[in-house]
Amino acid sequence: MPRTLIDALLAAVLTAVLLIPIFGLRIQVDGVNVALDRTPTPVVIAVVAVFLLRLFKRPLQRLWASWKVPGSWRANSATAALRQTAQHPRARQALWLLLLAVAVIWPFTVSRGAVDVMTLALIYVMLGLGLNIVVGFAGLLVLGYAAFYAVGAYAYAYLAQQFGLSFWLCLPIAGGLAALTGFLLGLPVLRLRGDYLAIVTLGFGEITRLLLNNLNFLTGGPDGIGGIPRPSLFGLEFGRRAKDGGATFHEFFGLDYSGDHAVIFMYLLGLALVLATLFVIDRLLRMPLGRAWEALREDEIACRSLGLNPTVIKLSALTLSAAFAGFAGAFFAARQGHINPESFTFIESAMVLAIVVLGGMGSQLGVVLAAIAITVLPELAREFNEYRMLAFGLVMVLMMMWRPQGLIPASRPPLTLPERAEAAR
Amino acid sequence: MLKLENVHTFYGQIEALKGVSLEVHPGEIVTLIGANGAGKSTLLMTICGSPQASEGSVAFEGQDITRKPTHVIMQCGLAVVPEGRRIFPGLTVQENLQMGGFFADKARLETDLERVFGLFPRLKERRHQRGGTLSGGEQQMLAIGRGLMGRPNLLLLDEPSLGLAPIIIAQIFQILKEIREEGVTIFLVEQNAHRALQLADRGYVLENGRIVLADSGPNLLANDEVRKAYLGG
Repeated sequence: MPRTLIDALLAAVLTAVLLIPIFGLRIQVDGVNVALDRTPTPVVIAVVAVFLLRLFKRPLQRLWASWKVPGSWRANSATAALRQTAQHPRARQALWLLLLAVAVIWPFTVSRGAVDVMTLALIYVMLGLGLNIVVGFAGLLVLGYAAFYAVGAYAYAYLAQQFGLSFWLCLPIAGGLAALTGFLLGLPVLRLRGDYLAIVTLGFGEITRLLLNNLNFLTGGPDGIGGIPRPSLFGLEFGRRAKDGGATFHEFFGLDYSGDHAVIFMYLLGLALVLATLFVIDRLLRMPLGRAWEALREDEIACRSLGLNPTVIKLSALTLSAAFAGFAGAFFAARQGHINPESFTFIESAMVLAIVVLGGMGSQLGVVLAAIAITVLPELAREFNEYRMLAFGLVMVLMMMWRPQGLIPASRPPLTLPERAEAAR
Repeated sequence: MLKLENVHTFYGQIEALKGVSLEVHPGEIVTLIGANGAGKSTLLMTICGSPQASEGSVAFEGQDITRKPTHVIMQCGLAVVPEGRRIFPGLTVQENLQMGGFFADKARLETDLERVFGLFPRLKERRHQRGGTLSGGEQQMLAIGRGLMGRPNLLLLDEPSLGLAPIIIAQIFQILKEIREEGVTIFLVEQNAHRALQLADRGYVLENGRIVLADSGPNLLANDEVRKAYLGG
């Protein structure tokens, strides 16, 4: 008992140390005076809660263990049927189609802000799916993913600004340039393993950001590039009035002008890009190349013994992954209309990595859900914005405790002997 | 078919192979026996080009492969079943085999898959199971099957009996015989000298990085020195 008491006291003190600067002391700006406002209540509540939880950890755990879902819940006919249908390809198809229909119809029923947030989420879905190739499937820890994202964004911004090229033409160019960057980076760097690769790619991300900041003639320096044109639909623009003789969307279809059209169009465009990404990656995974990524992650020596060139396979993963970041970047630039280096900091790379890890490495559906959760939840809880990083850390800790494999762990084909599979892991 | 001449291999400063010459002819089963640390695995890895020989030459089917990178060598009609099996535990049995036939087209992949499943019916039963869930013997079969998927003319095996029950070892060696009858030459590195020499047409004995004896399998089995050193009297 005394040990639990000491443990609980220690946890309480730690909580206090952590929380006093965040919750306990607030800077209050009152005209020209800056005052420190002391509000002890939340800290006291948190400290007491942590203390009690630690103190009664064991009984609580026992309570939790005894309150288990009865076995009959899991094995009854309804859940069994549900699982069966989930494995049936037809049922899966139907489920996907339903989800797709909801995703398409949804924006017409909600506010413009919600659609806009969702568009942002779609960008992160794309980034997550792209990074998943290299981190989840090929098992290479890349920490500078924002660099490829930046290359895509700046490629579109620059080409559209300087040469007036359209979004549709720039999209493949942006993807291609990002892929080329990935390829050139990969050539020397992919000999490195694990942590070393992570450090070098981290450095690459920083170098890219610094270049964006300082290559004024190309990137506009810290100001970035503004006035990036929005994409058009087969030449139809979404502005109130068309530039030099073009037609606008609302005139063409005889609708009243509404700003919502552009927002919904961007959302649908993002959705289409995400679907294309999902489709392409799904195809790749069924190809020998996709299997080779996974095989390489599991055993590089065995791969070499089968005549595979590990460098080429890793390079293909990084190049493809970078290409998707490029697409996402171009779309991001088109949505924002203005980009600057601040959008491509290390935090951005870390966010995308968090999405991949949170979703479950190598799991497509998990990454999609995690990306949406990570972008949408902070928006829903705007008033708690200051505590965003705190909540982020909390979520990470909870994930480590309960779902270390991610929200939806990557699923391999069903096993005939699940018990033995667990034993062998 | 395979010819090593005066091969020296170093691990840093340490000379693991001190001038090894040996030869494998088409259709043979040749075994290399020796104690722990004699350089058996090093010899096999040198053939595969990792590490590369610092001196001497390795030739396969008349082609010099001494300085070629591993992945090129492994596409020349040579396959290796590495020590410790090294299957892909997270991939299914079938995917493991497909990795072995990475460079084959779809039709060839199908026939080769059937051929391997013919040799190892156990693998067919478990084709959709993860490699890591197989027993040791099944994993060894999978590793051999994966090697065969590349349609090699020469199969190199590094201690296929390692850590397996005697009855499984007997099965594996029986299958090696069948594989030879299909026209695949076999070079077998083994610590289980008794079994290896019973199976092999010819054998080499490696000691401290040098070949000390070379003879036919039955002769080596009867050889007094070999009996004393490797067969327990």
